[in-house]
Amino acid sequence: MADRSPAPDTPELRERWGAFEFNESYRAKADKAIARYPEGRQKSAVMPLLDLAQRQVGEETNTQGWLPLPVIEYVADYLDMPVIRVLEVATFYFMYNMKPVGKYHVQVCGTTPCMLRGSDGLFETCKKRGMSKGHVSEDGLWTLTEVECMGNCATAPMVQINDDNYEDLTPERLDAILDALAAGEQPKTGTQIEGKRTSEPEGGPTTLKDMVDANHDYRGEW
Amino acid sequence: MLADKDRIFTNLYGFQDWGLKAAQQRGDWDDTKSLIARGQDSIIEEVKASGLRGRGGAGFPTGLKWSFMPKESKDGRPSFLVINADESEPGSCKDREIIRHDPHKLIEGALVAGFAMRARAAYVYIRGEYIREAETLQAAIDEAYDAGLIGKNASKSGYDFDVFLHRGAGAYICGEETAMIESLEGKKGQPRLKPPFPAGAGLYGCPTTVNNVESIAVVPTILRRGASWFASFGRENNKGTKLFQISGHVNKPCVVEEALSIPFSELIEKHCGGIRGGKDNLLAVIPGGSSVPLVPAEQIWDAPMDFDGLKDLGSGLGTAGVIVMDKSTDIVRAISRLSYFYKHESCGQCTPCREGTGWMWRMMERLRTGDAAIEEIDMLQQVTKQVEGHTICALGDAAAWPIQGLIRHFRPELERRIEEHNAKFAEAAE
Repeated sequence: MADRSPAPDTPELRERWGAFEFNESYRAKADKAIARYPEGRQKSAVMPLLDLAQRQVGEETNTQGWLPLPVIEYVADYLDMPVIRVLEVATFYFMYNMKPVGKYHVQVCGTTPCMLRGSDGLFETCKKRGMSKGHVSEDGLWTLTEVECMGNCATAPMVQINDDNYEDLTPERLDAILDALAAGEQPKTGTQIEGKRTSEPEGGPTTLKDMVDANHDYRGEW
Repeated sequence: MLADKDRIFTNLYGFQDWGLKAAQQRGDWDDTKSLIARGQDSIIEEVKASGLRGRGGAGFPTGLKWSFMPKESKDGRPSFLVINADESEPGSCKDREIIRHDPHKLIEGALVAGFAMRARAAYVYIRGEYIREAETLQAAIDEAYDAGLIGKNASKSGYDFDVFLHRGAGAYICGEETAMIESLEGKKGQPRLKPPFPAGAGLYGCPTTVNNVESIAVVPTILRRGASWFASFGRENNKGTKLFQISGHVNKPCVVEEALSIPFSELIEKHCGGIRGGKDNLLAVIPGGSSVPLVPAEQIWDAPMDFDGLKDLGSGLGTAGVIVMDKSTDIVRAISRLSYFYKHESCGQCTPCREGTGWMWRMMERLRTGDAAIEEIDMLQQVTKQVEGHTICALGDAAAWPIQGLIRHFRPELERRIEEHNAKFAEAAE
């Protein structure tokens, strides 16, 4: 199991995050999330709320965001839950960052399907740019994490950076994406093969060719 | 090859818009009211007759599963449908395509299936990493609400039905149905002991059925075209069409819908441009996602890709995530990486799994370099047997099976590495 613990509870941490609360926009999102669950079951919303809290921390620090202890306590208070129950959830799920990360969280999938398609080369590319697993780069821009299967196996290897996936990668294509991000540009997301749409075979689909150019209705042929 | 007109997921590759209007033009939400008007029992019977088996890996008959739900609530508890979109099995990437390109098939299926099992609402549990996919699905749900297709008097059927989206946050184990329910309740995703089964006491202690995305999304089409249409594909007991996901060492990896029981060779040659380096370069295949044992090249080539055909080879169809490995593969490393995956994803609840997955991975790493004794292969085999079947959920089994498959088919390779390693050290000692 993943070994994860919260960042140390220091006076500095308290001073920086002790007054954390959802801003107006995040509060609205949080309340909407809570409304999805039946009356009296509001703690079901702990996962969406931790995600929202992490995102707000991210906005405030210009990073992907993370969960300092006072923020976790705030979420517990918001849902009227014991802090330990929220802490349990925060440490159990891998997408909650337990320590600060860079502006771009470069999550390279290293599981077998990506490994077979060359994820080793992607780690090399990241290392050459000064990234190392679990650390924020000196310029504060990057954090490298090896993640487990991201469900993009037919377009492997892939990297998820913050909210977007970049698929069908080679070291050169990844380099180009990282260059663009460093320059403040938004690279094309999804597959990086020219002319490929998503997970169809490269060079064009072998099936459903009528769908390529028109929204074909097959019911007439039933 | 399956004809295009018989494919259910016609917008699989997202060449066209996923939105409601485009989906309706393709035939989704077409008189859903009349599907519901057939009545609960009739829908369940039709799904049973179609031979649909769960598409999430275990292959349990879907209609039968629905029939376990209570026909009336004696104590006022509502029933729930939970849709498993926590697709995290290495090799699987089909639900993602449904969610981002054909979300309305899923939402319509949720309504029809939810009605059939007398559920009050559906919760779609989508894995946290599917961030853009979740955005699309939420937008599609909002569209469906606005059009009156779900919600109060859904599709003017007189039935009230809600669909909610719940995002996970990166835990493979939440794909296990009771772990998913725990997670939905706002807890760590640790599987529950069964019984009670979810159909008796699931989400919030209410009767619950957990179904895979693909199992639910195919239901409206089955009802429209009839059980006999769906059952006309595949061999006996392995009916219907299926999304196959081919990754690894093929020339063109892809996701494609095909009839069950399609021979492996046809799947690879027709859709994936063949094995990298040609047929003779094939080493082994993991045919159903990481949890099933690998099958060596000579056994898989002509095998039918279905539940029973792959079971006969000592493996399984699982999610139909086909991981292909050619002769350049370090097969021990490929399996060892899966062992690492299971070590990482073990929830820590049962000792055999929590300790065993780490032990097995460390042992696999030593076998990779050959830094082991021959007897340790048998010891590893024995340990996998101690983990398998001794845990609350099937993650322990899933961690054991790939290793057992490796030992069954590649023992000479393991021994060769050990001998080579020992010889090197013997030389150095002299």
